[in-house]
Amino acid sequence: MNWTAIIIFVALFVFVTWLGFFAAHWRKGDLGLLSEWGLGGRRFGSVVTWFLLGGDLYTAYTFIAVPALLFGAGAIGFFAVPYTVMVYPIVYIVFPRLWAVAHKHGYVTSPDFVRGRYGNRWLALAIGITGMVATMPYIALQLVGMQVVIGAMGIETTGWVGDLPLIIAFVILAAFTYTSGLRAPAMIAVVKDLLIYITVIAAIIVVPIELGGYGKIFAAIPSPKLLLAAPPAGSWGSFSAYATLAFGSACALFLYPHSITGVLSASSARTIRRNAATLPAYSMMLGLLALIGFMAIAAGVQQLPEFADGFKRYGNNFSVPSLLLFAFPSWFVGVAFAAIAIGALVPAAIMSIATANIFTRNIYREFVKPTCTDAEESQVAKVMSLIIKVGALVFIFFIPFQYAIQMQLLGGVWIIQTLPAVVIGLFTRFFNGWALLIGWLVGTCLGTWMMAVMNFAPAYPLHILGETIPCYTAVASLVVNLVVSFVLSLVLNAVASDRHKDMTVATDYI
Amino acid sequence: MATEPAGREPEHRAHHWARLLLLVPFVAVLWVPFYNSLEPMLFGIPFFYWYQLLWIILGALLIAIVYRVEH
Repeated sequence: MNWTAIIIFVALFVFVTWLGFFAAHWRKGDLGLLSEWGLGGRRFGSVVTWFLLGGDLYTAYTFIAVPALLFGAGAIGFFAVPYTVMVYPIVYIVFPRLWAVAHKHGYVTSPDFVRGRYGNRWLALAIGITGMVATMPYIALQLVGMQVVIGAMGIETTGWVGDLPLIIAFVILAAFTYTSGLRAPAMIAVVKDLLIYITVIAAIIVVPIELGGYGKIFAAIPSPKLLLAAPPAGSWGSFSAYATLAFGSACALFLYPHSITGVLSASSARTIRRNAATLPAYSMMLGLLALIGFMAIAAGVQQLPEFADGFKRYGNNFSVPSLLLFAFPSWFVGVAFAAIAIGALVPAAIMSIATANIFTRNIYREFVKPTCTDAEESQVAKVMSLIIKVGALVFIFFIPFQYAIQMQLLGGVWIIQTLPAVVIGLFTRFFNGWALLIGWLVGTCLGTWMMAVMNFAPAYPLHILGETIPCYTAVASLVVNLVVSFVLSLVLNAVASDRHKDMTVATDYI
Repeated sequence: MATEPAGREPEHRAHHWARLLLLVPFVAVLWVPFYNSLEPMLFGIPFFYWYQLLWIILGALLIAIVYRVEH
């Protein structure tokens, strides 16, 4: 047991818990309204939005998994960097438009927008369910990040008692999300992000000094891990896999409900544009953090007897915690681990709020009780956020870890199928609602099939004109989705146009 | 401005011109064979890594420039 680390860890955790409950009083609004509970009243300025989105997108799991991928698979794991390079130009162009139309019409979720734009509640339902299903395993994976650091402090994480710390953390999370809504993660995100910045800056300065500089670190990496493998003749090999993984992930990221919630809670479209220029600071941190995977190789943590048990239990996900334990004094390990654990709370809270918003708006109000009052709507969302968290806990305790990862990979393939309706829908009403629904169905089924055939490897080898082009499944299935949606729209627009159902006008998008 | 197409505000036009800059980061990071190499190294860091990290900064700068032009 690492008592110093545990005491600091617990102290920081208690502090953010207090902050979570206190947040209900911050910029006080009527929490009986869904836009107040679930979007913080759309009042977050540039600075709060920066912390909120940073805390929301760069999750604890990211901080554990990206370096673990470099540690295990090498250069291909660095795709997270070009991914985040491409995501912000997309954010700059696309999401201020979504904010504007949502603000005008009171939309809280992306299916709300789709419902208004296409007047098709089945399409909205498909988009909503996709968002919910894609988010659930993502919440579960946040718990994994927490579980790894709790275990790394020497606390037993097997058996019923071992699950207790995680259950306590989740009860706390559930309670403050219920009472404070989106204000809680927004406030906690500030603390979490500062802790993470401190940890990363310390790691990228201290560790290379201890290991003798970056030159020595890279010199210690076996050469197959250092670069992408050159493609064999007749194939684009890892080059196309790397590029499409980065591009597809960039397209998918802001379609996730928790990203949309972060975007819609901003106080203006300009806030989002400013953040597109300032959020890359987090990407820089992630890119540097990814290199910790290589530092862990150079430090040889896997060969040290004191970490053998951790690697056996958590696999490569143990590379970051073990390096922190290796390089830092106990008190700082406490700070760093708290940063990771709190880093799990923030996105988990936002994800559960976002999913609850979708359930309430696009399933409950649309299909179950159209006459429900605003207060009822907010209450349903609060209860739903609890149910979702219990679901995530069940997921992590009763379903093998491997399935959570596979589900999350599938989630990326599924969520990207909502791009034609949500993103393209912001620019043109050419597409027909039913055509989009069929395109979504084809893309989702095809993508799932490709993933299953490849045994959940993310790239599928396409054979085009005699060349083998490994392509991220999400991108390949999205292209098919787009073609189907386009062709069917041409036909349906001619015989049964649904354009008159559009509740929005061009000026709603600024 | 006599050459202005009818119905378009000058601001709107600037909007379209500057936004083309946002395509540059895509070209820079999607062209993988260009940067999949060890040399030139920088402080012992292979090109593959520092080139992509550098594009995080350049990408942010381009967005900031577009924002400046538009606001």
